[in-house]
Amino acid sequence: MKIHEYQAKELLRKSGIPVPRGQVAHTPEAARNAYEQLGSKIAVIKAQIHAGGRGKGGGVQLVHSAAQAEEVARAILSRPLVTHQTGPEGQPVRVLLVEEGCDIEREFYLGLAVDRELGCPVLMGSSEGGMEIEQVAADSPEKILKEPIDPSLGLFAYQARRLALGIGLPAKSLGAAVKVISGLSRLFIEKDCSLAEINPLVLTKDGKVMALDAKMNFDSNALYRQPEIGPYRDLSEEDPREVEASKYGLSYIALDGTIGCMVNGAGLAMGTMDIIKLHGGMPANFLDVGGGATTEQVREAFRIILQDESVKAILVNIFGGIMKCDVIAEGIIEAARTCKIEVPVIVRLEGTNVERGRTLLEESGLALIPAASMEDAAQKAVRASEGQAA
Amino acid sequence: MSILINGETRVICQGITGSVGRFHTQQMVEYGTRLVGGVTPGKGGTEVDGIPVFDTVLSARQQTGANASVIYVPPPFAADAILEAADAGIALIVCITEGIPVVDMMRVRQRLERAGEVRLVGPNCPGVITPGECKIGIMPGYIHRPGNVGVVSRSGTLTYEAVWQLSSMELGQSTCVGIGGDPINGTNFVDCLGLFQDDPATEGIVMIGEIGGTAEEEAARFIQKSVTKPVVAFIAGQTAPPGKRMGHAGAIISGGTGTAADKIAALSAAGVIVAESPAVIGARMAEVMGRR
Repeated sequence: MKIHEYQAKELLRKSGIPVPRGQVAHTPEAARNAYEQLGSKIAVIKAQIHAGGRGKGGGVQLVHSAAQAEEVARAILSRPLVTHQTGPEGQPVRVLLVEEGCDIEREFYLGLAVDRELGCPVLMGSSEGGMEIEQVAADSPEKILKEPIDPSLGLFAYQARRLALGIGLPAKSLGAAVKVISGLSRLFIEKDCSLAEINPLVLTKDGKVMALDAKMNFDSNALYRQPEIGPYRDLSEEDPREVEASKYGLSYIALDGTIGCMVNGAGLAMGTMDIIKLHGGMPANFLDVGGGATTEQVREAFRIILQDESVKAILVNIFGGIMKCDVIAEGIIEAARTCKIEVPVIVRLEGTNVERGRTLLEESGLALIPAASMEDAAQKAVRASEGQAA
Repeated sequence: MSILINGETRVICQGITGSVGRFHTQQMVEYGTRLVGGVTPGKGGTEVDGIPVFDTVLSARQQTGANASVIYVPPPFAADAILEAADAGIALIVCITEGIPVVDMMRVRQRLERAGEVRLVGPNCPGVITPGECKIGIMPGYIHRPGNVGVVSRSGTLTYEAVWQLSSMELGQSTCVGIGGDPINGTNFVDCLGLFQDDPATEGIVMIGEIGGTAEEEAARFIQKSVTKPVVAFIAGQTAPPGKRMGHAGAIISGGTGTAADKIAALSAAGVIVAESPAVIGARMAEVMGRR
């Protein structure tokens, strides 16, 4: 789960990590008031969306007066912000963060992520602040210093000192730097983060160490024990179809193609997308109905797929294990009767009770197109999506 | 022969009194698994379908001689269940539970590394099966048949698909291991590849990977160095967009790493036959086994 910068900074502040003074604003007038209350000559107006690359997209701007704050805020709020992560349609901006400016001496990068190979969190630091860490990793990996963290005991102070000095923070600011680095590491484990980044971490002209920007993602599986984090979820930042699907325990991701997919199991769902592409088509979505899909889930899955107007054909690929094919067939029949399905539906069933499932589909009188194998199903779906007889 | 489990394996079920645990216990018993006991704290002394229930894994092991455990405990308690099994001296722990917090699994892995002779399979996996002998997990038993192909996979239903193809072509399986779809797991590809390489009953290996992480790249390095048996692989997620979690917690391309293209390139370079489509996994294995 992703959260906004202003929310991440709230968490940092509570952990004793210095962040610039700032206020959240939802309107141009509120941005003007925030500027006046901050009483700082230079302020920064920052669009709060989950996607990165806000600065380049014009979502982060310096202002020098209350009038300018209002004007800039109005401009940012008036149209979707397009960055390299939002796609060409952009993301509407609903919230702004108005912050005091600060005198920057140097910028650094500080981040934590889970190292899957080592099986522990890893702290990363770099002298190349303000740049995307993936870019630094690709261009000059030697500039990224890493410290693996003991998941039970946490980061040791000497590791924080080694990293701070290694990336070039001056010895006179070491105490302040260690406080930030240790604080972020503690937060990462305590709050079940999957990613925590301060980029840039700045050294100010008066020797302070401060988080100028912050990004935090959380492990969705751990939200049950993070009552403080759950309310930070902003549904307006997520694809409404994905939100809808998650209500029914379905895992759905919208894609650009024309063939809607309904599959049981994540691996088979990805495999189905791949085989569609192999036969010259493009999947419209990833959709995993889970290992034990119910009739209701199958119906909802159809409904969500059908909401996508670019869908020209639907491919149902079910390998019935513990989930029996006849139960899935019943779900499909009920879905077909309750939703208006106007595109060809290709059904491939295999596994437990497959004969009964196929018979049910045949006897239903529905215009479903049976497929003998995964390959046959993909070929038929591609032909159908191109308007040819499957 | 086989790897990890066989007809002698004595299994207990942690979470046997829950609906999922109970259902799959029945399925395992029907398959012929020697399911000797169950564990649910507070329900010791009772029975589930004739199987004795114990309060602790230790008492279950002491009284039944179990050497393997299968876990169907809900996510908030699953890490504790794994560690309890390890502490009680259970050699093989198969955790089916999906949705365990990553921090919990990091701590579990750290403890298990120090514990020595304990093997964890999963979490978030279908389990392990040695066809005709022992089934530990949730896979449909009847699609498997005994034979000489080892299967190791991060997926559930895609593995059933591959096994189905193999069985339909009369290619039986020595053992099938689902290592799970989570970012932090116990047994990995390299572990299983090593076991299959050393297992005289395994003559070919099917490996099913997916996007996210670098486990397939590590497997490729290992295969190049230490595996002489033919390996057929499929990598799911060639069409997956970056930054999106594809159902499994671990199936995500992040920061440019974990793409299917990288994994396929690494495996191909290591001499692995990479099936271009999930529909031809069985056919590719049949080709390399010389049984067109």
